[in-house]
Amino acid sequence: MKISPSKIISLLFFIFSGFYLYTAYQIQVFTFDENAAFNAKTFPIYLGYTGLIFSALYIILPETRPSKVDLKVLDYKKTITLVILMVLYGLTILRVGYFLSTSIFLVLSYIVLGERKWLWIFLLSFPFVAIFMYLLHGLLNIYLRDPFLQYIGVMG
Amino acid sequence: MIEGILIGLETAFSLKNLMMVMIGCFAGTIIGMLPGLGPMTAIALMIPITYGFEPSTGLILMAGVYYGAVFGGSTSSILINAPGIPGTVATSFDGYPMAQQGKAGKALAIAAYSSFAGGTIAAIFLLIAAPSLSKVSLAFRSPDYFGLMILGLTAVSAFSAKGHFLKAMMMVVLGLMLASVGQDTLSDIPRFTFQNMNLSDGISFVLVVMATFAMSEALTIIFKANDPTRVAKQISLSQLGSIKLDKIETKKMVTTIPRSSVLGFIIGVLPGAGSTIASFLAYGMERNFVNDEEKQKFGKGSVNGLAAPETANNAACSGSFVPLLTLGIPGSGTTAVMLGALLGFGIQPGPRLYQTNPEIFWSVIMSMYIGMVILLILNLPLIPYIARVLATPRTFLIPLILFFSVTGIYLMSFNNFDIYMMIGIAVVATILRLYDFPMPPLILAFVLGGLMEENLRRSLLISDGSWAFLWDRPLTLIIMMTILFIIGWQIYKSFFKRITT
Repeated sequence: MKISPSKIISLLFFIFSGFYLYTAYQIQVFTFDENAAFNAKTFPIYLGYTGLIFSALYIILPETRPSKVDLKVLDYKKTITLVILMVLYGLTILRVGYFLSTSIFLVLSYIVLGERKWLWIFLLSFPFVAIFMYLLHGLLNIYLRDPFLQYIGVMG
Repeated sequence: MIEGILIGLETAFSLKNLMMVMIGCFAGTIIGMLPGLGPMTAIALMIPITYGFEPSTGLILMAGVYYGAVFGGSTSSILINAPGIPGTVATSFDGYPMAQQGKAGKALAIAAYSSFAGGTIAAIFLLIAAPSLSKVSLAFRSPDYFGLMILGLTAVSAFSAKGHFLKAMMMVVLGLMLASVGQDTLSDIPRFTFQNMNLSDGISFVLVVMATFAMSEALTIIFKANDPTRVAKQISLSQLGSIKLDKIETKKMVTTIPRSSVLGFIIGVLPGAGSTIASFLAYGMERNFVNDEEKQKFGKGSVNGLAAPETANNAACSGSFVPLLTLGIPGSGTTAVMLGALLGFGIQPGPRLYQTNPEIFWSVIMSMYIGMVILLILNLPLIPYIARVLATPRTFLIPLILFFSVTGIYLMSFNNFDIYMMIGIAVVATILRLYDFPMPPLILAFVLGGLMEENLRRSLLISDGSWAFLWDRPLTLIIMMTILFIIGWQIYKSFFKRITT
């Protein structure tokens, strides 16, 4: 028997709701609040049960409109690469600085998605980020941490 | 009221705010035109830009973006049969056939005039309805608010994903669960923080909205890039034809617009219904109103068939502001994003908003109108040029959306944790979207989570722990009966109807 992906997702949500409910019961409330009509864990407990009910209903009841997804046409390679690039971007944005990490992220993303117009790749990365940074940092006075630009003396 | 309107006009007509409406309409049109990116994404992308602005200026920018995005959605529906948002799907029924007949310019003009007229009539209704409803809503107490919020969430779930009610309800619960992370507002007790300091303040609204809309939208476009059903059809953007309408076409529009506006506004006010349902209903209603000869033209380039959904979807956009501004309860995903932004500015919309912050209340209403005028006089002549945006390669577009999303959240917190959490939520949201788990109910629930808990707390404490507050007062009882009716109807539609057929 083949289980539909939507039911698998609902099953995962059921497990998640169970975990949420367990954690909700673990919330430490003040002693004087324990028997109150409403305390910090009341709402989460109701939520946990509601999550369990809805996901259980979806698992048990027949699917009226099953979602049809052709897994073969999905582009896993580019999507996963983009996600990895974003994680690396998040990793470097504080250490290397906004300018360099953003520009490199943009260049690599354009290339990963199959762009080969090098002039546009350049224009929409380094100069574009520089202008964007000037607008934020220079005009709107929004602080942007950038150790690299500070090191080379461009930013104070 | 006159005094309020004057305050609104003064605020909305300041040079800075006029500029913002223009920028908003322009940016919204461009973003809304890109298939897949709707008003919610457009507004979400604007939130980081509004950080440094005054609340009224920020809201005016977002209202401009909203209308611009709806207009942009119509443009892509008409030109390439790829509606940017569900609200403009009905527009493509007759708009695209018109464009194929070489009357794209005319179709765009009809769409623009209808949007303008629909929006204008609805703005007048809003002007009258909002203050009176504000007075009525002062009678609402905590149990009623709690009931209204459940009603809003149930209605959005019922309407936002046809045939996927249970999936939508799961998304509602997930949204409420995400909202419960962080310190409890009353006792400061940490909940679901797992001793992580980064979670003690809760999950930021901007983070969730960026992750579930902008970022996951971009990832979905790449993920489904090879899907043959998603390939957009290209028509020549250089040959749009004349934008002038003849007498017969104008006459047809004059009869269609008033009835579609009224219908659109009423549907917009109802929680959950929004512009999509308004446009489909108006299309259906118009088909019943016209004579048999015109009926035959529906689906083949009918003026009435194009004007009706366009009028109704814009009227519904204005209508959806009524519950937001008067009750503080958003009725749709887009107004939920607006509520999040308002709360970010430290403003709590509700019955007292037009007394405590009249400049915000009225300036938003006024700027809606100015936005529509700008859309008509600025965007319509520029359409042949703006339409070239449709040719922007996604190889550039997607990385720029991702970059903007990451920057938006980085500027708020300056830490990596939020960026990782955003990427994580975006990946989960992309998978959920793939299997038709809708995101608007999640966002609405996330925004309403805190308010819902607060109202439940008050209700339960007043009634000493008894749930009788749900049926004690006639108003609450009516709301609860409506909720039960929606749930019952959805279950009947999903299961029993299927068994009998």
